[in-house]
Amino acid sequence: MNTDSEATTARGGESGALLDVRDLVMTYSTRHGEVRAVDGVSFSVERGQALGLVGESGCGKSSIAIALLRLLPENALIRGGGVYLDGADLLPLSEEEMRAYRWARISMVFQAAMNSLDPVYRVGDQIIEALEQHVHSARSESLERVRELYDLVSLDHVFIPRYPHEYSGGMKQRAIIAMALACEPDLIIADEPTTALDVIVQDRILREIKKVQTELNMGMIYISHDMAVIAEVSDVVAVMYAGRIVEFGDAHTIFNDPIHPYTRALMSAFPSVSGEKRELSDIQGEPPNLLNPPSGCRFHPRCPYATQECETGEPPIVRRGEHWAACWNPPN
Amino acid sequence: MTDNSKATNTSSSRPLLQVRGLAKLFPVSTRNWLRRNRSFIHAVDGVEFELGRGESFGLVGESGCGKTTTGKMLVRLVEPTDGHIIFDDGEGEGADIAALKGPALKAFRRKAQMIFQDPYESLNPRRTIFDTVAEPLKTQKIGGAFERIDRVSRMLELVGLTPARAFLFRHPHELSGGQRQRVAIARALVVEPTFVVADEPTSMLDVSIRTGVMRLLEGLGERLGVSYLYITHDLAFARYMCDRIAVMYLGKIVEMGETESVLQNPQHPYTRALLSAVPTPEPGVTRPQVSIKGGVSLPVDPPARCRFYDRCPIADDFCRDNEHPPLEEKDAAHLTACYKA
Repeated sequence: MNTDSEATTARGGESGALLDVRDLVMTYSTRHGEVRAVDGVSFSVERGQALGLVGESGCGKSSIAIALLRLLPENALIRGGGVYLDGADLLPLSEEEMRAYRWARISMVFQAAMNSLDPVYRVGDQIIEALEQHVHSARSESLERVRELYDLVSLDHVFIPRYPHEYSGGMKQRAIIAMALACEPDLIIADEPTTALDVIVQDRILREIKKVQTELNMGMIYISHDMAVIAEVSDVVAVMYAGRIVEFGDAHTIFNDPIHPYTRALMSAFPSVSGEKRELSDIQGEPPNLLNPPSGCRFHPRCPYATQECETGEPPIVRRGEHWAACWNPPN
Repeated sequence: MTDNSKATNTSSSRPLLQVRGLAKLFPVSTRNWLRRNRSFIHAVDGVEFELGRGESFGLVGESGCGKTTTGKMLVRLVEPTDGHIIFDDGEGEGADIAALKGPALKAFRRKAQMIFQDPYESLNPRRTIFDTVAEPLKTQKIGGAFERIDRVSRMLELVGLTPARAFLFRHPHELSGGQRQRVAIARALVVEPTFVVADEPTSMLDVSIRTGVMRLLEGLGERLGVSYLYITHDLAFARYMCDRIAVMYLGKIVEMGETESVLQNPQHPYTRALLSAVPTPEPGVTRPQVSIKGGVSLPVDPPARCRFYDRCPIADDFCRDNEHPPLEEKDAAHLTACYKA
């Protein structure tokens, strides 16, 4: 896997990864000017691998998700870069061509997905409709498939002909996951799928998603602000700050031996119910306004290790094998 | 109406708040076209606890467990159906808040304030920060115009919005989420209350600014002598902010004690399940499977037996045939409502 944004060797698709994202830039035009929500992001996802994308609100993690699926709001624009699925660049595709990929090969579970079920149609019918549109299967086959999907996400078959209001929040989220899996996608993008759920339900959904992803050998991008959730589902983790990936590595290394001061601060600001009750750290200031991002390293105004060069120059990549961070002064 | 029968010990050692048999029933009509039945959701049912002076107490549980309704009753934003709330700040005899009316209720509102979860919804977008924070002063007729500006400015500085004059005449949309929550805290504390109910005060905030707001609440509590009731679903938050916690399930307190004792040595099967469901920020650690079945239901006319019976992994015939278990001391200062624990 090659994740260096300055890599010259691996052009898209040549890395052999399921998904390869190269120097992706996405902007929103607003009344106050242009916001670079995603600013030169590169990463790749293998089959069977779960990438955790973690960061705070406004860091661009959800923008990456909608850019990959090309579900852009009107004021958003992909300015550059490449998105390669099994070597094929998706960005030049027309909306018509993109539709063949969406849901069938790349599928997504949204944050407020529970509310995206149509209240006046039976949930089973909604999944069947999706199947008929994308796989063109006959109704009897589709119904059989829905039963399989309900088994996969541990929903009782009696709920297939019921309406969304007869489902609890957790059950709706399961149905949405079933729908996302309906066409056997190669890649699933999960954007905070458990954020609105209670902890016991969250636990079940997390286990379900992880189980299905492993069993079907899918690639997964799991987006969350919650470090603990990321730790549980991810094989590799990308930490985002102000539109950029600031650190990347396997989950174990990111959590136990982080390089970037921001990652370190996030870790020690995160309270835990188990283990020793350690002092929580504080990060000074607020996340930057991307209309006018800080010069040099975007974290420098909040960084306790910042020096002159952090204010002026783009931070260099510090590498420790596959693990890297963009930082001028990595603390030891 | 006051009820002092239970609060006859010396005034200095008396707790700030004694909650006795607190209940809130919400009527639901289960109507069919022949007749109309009145049923009740037992949102809060016989809740009892005490809150010491300067103490931080946490009500924890999942959505629908009655924690927010309990908190709102304590500041009389929701009328209790039954029970007593003896509030004793040392100035009076210790009045039953549940029965307060008119001027006495208004005087109480100065002493008890509430902070809400969502700083994007709890602030009026059309009002300036000054108007918002000065509002409780106006309602309570405290000070003139100049004194109010003075007080509001001092409060803004205290919550870390410095310099205050740069914030006074701005609107909420010009502030970040963290700054808005600081404004909400300033509004609650500007009348110098002795008791504050904070409902998920940091759950809408990003991790990097959450610690700051937690420290702020804690620091101001000590400095201004405020006792807090925190309402939260986040056990990790409770661990850092509360001296004691009570775990609620379908309107009942099922376990209560010192925070570390409850979290490190949980007795009730529900508390155990809740704790085992919390993700750990350590990759590769596999938590044991959560042992309870089903989901939270609505307590509509619940049967007399243990509320947790249907989902409990250790319940037996005794639990089925008896009333909801009483909250009993199983360990020093650690109470559990379970026959099997």
